[in-house]
Amino acid sequence: MLNKRKEMTSGNLAFAEAMRQVNPDVVAAYPITPSTEIPVKFAEFVANGMVDSEYVAVESEHSAITACVGASVSGARVMTASSANGVALMHEIFPIAASFRAPIIFGLVNRSLGAPVNIHCDHSDSMPERDSGWIQIYCEDAQEVYDSVLLAVRLAEHEDVLTPVFVCQDGFITSHCYEPVELLSDEAVKKFVGERKAKYPLLDVDNPVSYGSFTMSEYYFEIKRTQIEGMNNVPRVYKDLTKELAEYTGREYPALDAYRAEDAEYLIVIMSSATGVVKDVVDEMRERGIKAGCLRVRFFRPFPAEELKKLAKGKKGVAVLDRSASIGGTAPLAAEVKSALYGLSKRVPLQEYLFGLGGRDLYPRDAEKVFSGLMENDYSDTARYIGLLEKDEENGGN
Amino acid sequence: MSKPKCWQDVPPATIAWGASALDVETGLWRSMRPVLDQNKCISCLKCWLQCPDSSIKTSEEGRVCGINMFFCKGCGVCAQVCPVNAISMHQEADFTNEKREHGEDPGRVAGHVK
Amino acid sequence: MAGIDLKELTKKQNPLTEGHRMCPGCGAPTAVRQALMAVEDPVVVVGATGCLEVSTTVYPYSAWRVPFMHVAFENAGAGISGVEAAHRVLSRKGVAREKIKFVAFGGDGGTYDIGLQSLSGALERGHDFTYICYNNQGYMNTGAQRSSATPISANATTSPAGSVIPGKLQRAKNLTEIVTAHDIPYVAQTTLHDPMDLIAKVKRAVETPGPAFVNVLVPCPLFWKIDSADQMKVCKLAAESRFWPVYEVTEGKHVLSYKPKNPVPLEDFLRVQGRYSHLFKKGRERMDLVAQGQADVDREWERLLKKCAG
Repeated sequence: MLNKRKEMTSGNLAFAEAMRQVNPDVVAAYPITPSTEIPVKFAEFVANGMVDSEYVAVESEHSAITACVGASVSGARVMTASSANGVALMHEIFPIAASFRAPIIFGLVNRSLGAPVNIHCDHSDSMPERDSGWIQIYCEDAQEVYDSVLLAVRLAEHEDVLTPVFVCQDGFITSHCYEPVELLSDEAVKKFVGERKAKYPLLDVDNPVSYGSFTMSEYYFEIKRTQIEGMNNVPRVYKDLTKELAEYTGREYPALDAYRAEDAEYLIVIMSSATGVVKDVVDEMRERGIKAGCLRVRFFRPFPAEELKKLAKGKKGVAVLDRSASIGGTAPLAAEVKSALYGLSKRVPLQEYLFGLGGRDLYPRDAEKVFSGLMENDYSDTARYIGLLEKDEENGGN
Repeated sequence: MSKPKCWQDVPPATIAWGASALDVETGLWRSMRPVLDQNKCISCLKCWLQCPDSSIKTSEEGRVCGINMFFCKGCGVCAQVCPVNAISMHQEADFTNEKREHGEDPGRVAGHVK
Repeated sequence: MAGIDLKELTKKQNPLTEGHRMCPGCGAPTAVRQALMAVEDPVVVVGATGCLEVSTTVYPYSAWRVPFMHVAFENAGAGISGVEAAHRVLSRKGVAREKIKFVAFGGDGGTYDIGLQSLSGALERGHDFTYICYNNQGYMNTGAQRSSATPISANATTSPAGSVIPGKLQRAKNLTEIVTAHDIPYVAQTTLHDPMDLIAKVKRAVETPGPAFVNVLVPCPLFWKIDSADQMKVCKLAAESRFWPVYEVTEGKHVLSYKPKNPVPLEDFLRVQGRYSHLFKKGRERMDLVAQGQADVDREWERLLKKCAG
């Protein structure tokens, strides 16, 4: 049954292939670069009778996510995809989907938010959604995207969780680059994901319920608390799921991906595709006898604060590289890391960096420079910029 | 239906159970009360059709047989649409000593609004 | 109306129960009750944000005896699209009952204005559902603001009648004809003047496969400044003055459902409503605006007759 096959494919197409194998009941989506390929490929599957799904070709992202909510609440297994401004247009509905405990699987292909218009990757579209009540998984490569879709279906629909999931991948870098990806057989996927069993489906006309009530201060707080509980259950449920999927794939994905981090003295904390560059630099530095390591945050929601705290404890220096800004405040990843490390009795020195906005690449020399800064005990109170065109040639300029 | 007392009792996903509003005594809003004169009523069902609060009671044979004071808000639409003036409107204050039909404690609905 | 026995209908449980918190005398719950009264199959309802949605689902209570979902203001069309799409799959799989009808309710704000795109998309895609606009000609849930359904000269809180500007300066949008232009199987317009008309039209809309739309003029006594008990009289004047023509469009064919034998002047409809009182203020009458309104009504009526003849 395992009959695995390896294919040259991209992050988008791996996502679409996972969708075909999951065979969701409803997909409602709207095209936007760089996630367009996902609904296009899926519409093709529908047109060729390769899935049993209903494809709803809506007239906007707002309607896409709304139709997904309607279908999910009805009891259907639902998937969609979007990016950037599409995600921003959906913003109003994300907290509603989470509050309805609608286990939607969402392929979020990260792209910078306008203006100026830019189709390349940063995390400025998904980070504003970190408080929308959705699970956020950030993938490093296409293989991880494929595996994460399968995990996300089970995680989202688990009765102790019932929370929608963003499966994020970096626009173009992951979504459009072809790399070998190992795919499971259709039967194996079917066996792993099973069928959705909704608890209070809207279509149960014999046991009618109302969704989306009007609730003032009397119960709003309590309803939010139930959502927090669902999110709190994620680490426990996820741990078992990733083990179970590993029986099929041989691959296990922790919430926090630690690379040569345990015995490291210096750490870079980063997310998504840029991790590969840092891992290479870590290897090179290790060859030179420098104890460098890398932590990749895979789950941003729920944030793996305990794991991070354990791994960062006692380090000589930590650098956090954010791919989106919080203008006027601490960037999202740095804020989470600092918050997680607050409980340590001995403070770990930390430097914040901003990199890669609008798709600017991160080079090995950039990561090396970050490690050098840590080793030289060179810290500043404010975030530093990687690869920014600076006025002073000496300090900046690539 | 009893109201949730703690967050663990709150139904999931913003759900409210269908038809649970039947516990809500909207008749408490009433300042004017419709009174039906069964002798005049021809059971044309106009009041039943037009009542915004579904408060016109009908018998098994489909005849108008009373007004549900637990829900009636006293808007007066029934009196207005009645072709034979079988419904008249009166000050609710004239009925203060009367027992409420449903017998529910209104505090359970409005208790948090002090 | 043929085939509808009121006595029989009294035995049926109403999809919207008593115990809702709509204002005393509001026409909206009446419209909902009448609309769903004669629908035989089980119904699933999606509601746009508005008075109806808020006042029928005050947590932890719900006045809906049928499944009900409210997502947001501008997206009842998309919401019901998703529910209907899910039903297609889940009924094929035997998880959901085969025969279920889908009805969306939106006020005019949620339909003419903020929800128009979502509705248009759902109509174009051909989902099997009925959209009912309960049209009180403005934003009542936020306190009587003007919408694109608000008639010219009406005094609304964002188009107030002041010493310089005499209420709303723009005509209402003709949404029924905009919907008709989507070339869907069934479109109708009615008001509460004749319950049997509304009951029959919605029954027909729901039983028609594919998208259907019914635009129901429903007074808001607070905005229109009328005695709530008088709402049926006012609806009758709306139909008899031809301010609100009662008609239907079946497969593109316009048919008048009610042709007033002795049409009353628009002025009779306007005079009974406080929202037009500035037009009739002693010494500062604006009979020119009343005449302009009448000319609009006459022109629209002629256009409609041509469509009915054509």
